[in-house]
Amino acid sequence: MEHGSFTDNSVATFSLTDEDHTIANAVRFTLNQDPRVTFCGYSIPHPSEARVNIRVETTGDPARKVLKDACQYLMLMCRHVRCTFDKAVEDFKASNAVKAMKIDSQDSSGDDSEESE
Amino acid sequence: MAEGAGEEKKKFSIWDLPDVPMGQLPPHLELQRSRVSCNKDAPIHTESIQYSGAYASMGIDNSSRLDRFSNNFRVEVVRLNEDDIEFDMIGIDAAIANSFRRILIAELPTMAIEKVLIANNTSIIQDEVLAHRLGLVPIRVDPRLFDYLSENDQPNEKNTIVFKLHVQCKRGSPRITVKSDALKWLPNGSELVKETRNATSDSSSKPEIYTYFGCSQETVPEFVKNPIIPKYPDIIIAKLGPGQEIELEAHAVKGIGKTHAKWSPVATAWYRMLPEVVLLEDIEDDLAEELKSKCPVNVFDIEDLGKGRRRATVARPRACTLCRECIRGDDWEKRVALRRVKDHFIFTIESTGALPPEVLFTEAVKILEDKCERVITELS
Repeated sequence: MEHGSFTDNSVATFSLTDEDHTIANAVRFTLNQDPRVTFCGYSIPHPSEARVNIRVETTGDPARKVLKDACQYLMLMCRHVRCTFDKAVEDFKASNAVKAMKIDSQDSSGDDSEESE
Repeated sequence: MAEGAGEEKKKFSIWDLPDVPMGQLPPHLELQRSRVSCNKDAPIHTESIQYSGAYASMGIDNSSRLDRFSNNFRVEVVRLNEDDIEFDMIGIDAAIANSFRRILIAELPTMAIEKVLIANNTSIIQDEVLAHRLGLVPIRVDPRLFDYLSENDQPNEKNTIVFKLHVQCKRGSPRITVKSDALKWLPNGSELVKETRNATSDSSSKPEIYTYFGCSQETVPEFVKNPIIPKYPDIIIAKLGPGQEIELEAHAVKGIGKTHAKWSPVATAWYRMLPEVVLLEDIEDDLAEELKSKCPVNVFDIEDLGKGRRRATVARPRACTLCRECIRGDDWEKRVALRRVKDHFIFTIESTGALPPEVLFTEAVKILEDKCERVITELS
């Protein structure tokens, strides 16, 4: 739901239902990083009601488009985080498997390290 | 004459100053942007400078660019067990890290017991207390294989797991403790029959049952390999004295932590920023010994400089709990600076057992992506 004016579409307030700080703070962060944005913020009108108002003011571009771009950027960031995390976990598991094999082959005693998968 | 004087005056540019590197912030502003200074009374510079034009007057571009983020972002796994994981995320902001934490705690679905049909309970544990305790028992099953059960749906093999608990303490035998391994999985659905109050119903009508399983859950290959059981077999559910009996059936459904904490898949998930301990001046000899003994987690170490002189060094800044013991007392604030790095997060996730912790984090990131996508589709 967008509350804006018909004449000026560079400022608008977007009201999202069933949302809370989880997505609002993340979107506000990506909006702030966008150089086209002059003002952005979010508020929760009442804590018992799951509704978030996100206010966007831009330097001329339509606010709707800027918000969409911010969400796209957040999605791309999430994808990148996921790929990097998966790769890091795989590398860790592989390096631990190598370490476990080395320990077994050397038959070292007094193994005090925690065994991790 | 004025023009002559103007031409002779050198044009002064801030970039000509020798100590301001080109394209970067001066060191004190970089400190303010990237570190939280933890002083004796309170931390300062805790907000993250997100605004894209924040340093525009310096000529620094603070805006985001995906390539810069991709290059700077790193994940390093420190510890990975079956039940918990500790990893570092470097190059991300607190807003995103907090979103992941909130999703891990409240919005990842799991299976937990919701409906308990009690046929017989003569123990001293009240029905509702027993049902509450059963709901909190973690179940070792992948929730992604199940669907949500809404009010209009019938409970079937795709959205319900049925457990049975039938324990009896015989007269003359000692008191027994009912543990969670007494919960038996019923892959074919509920065995109880609904009571019909209609006295005129003929015996040929089919009795109503509680669940409508089309096929046995045992036919799913995943459950043949890993039958559905509670994750920990030694959770005490109730205690029975002689002559007491509990007979009940428990139905588990899918839900999220927001509705009730029993559906939260993590024991807890938390993050902290990497602590940075900096010695502002050289600390030697007696002062060094004093500093080393002050710290309860042994962050500092002594190194020998030779000729009997010793110096303090920071050996394990990661272990620092920011207890601020090292800056208590006179003058210590001038010698030791406690800081936190704003974009380096040490995440710890402890899973209750439904899913391994690395899968939990991946699912949490996927859920954030889904939320963004929902917002995008609503906007277009």
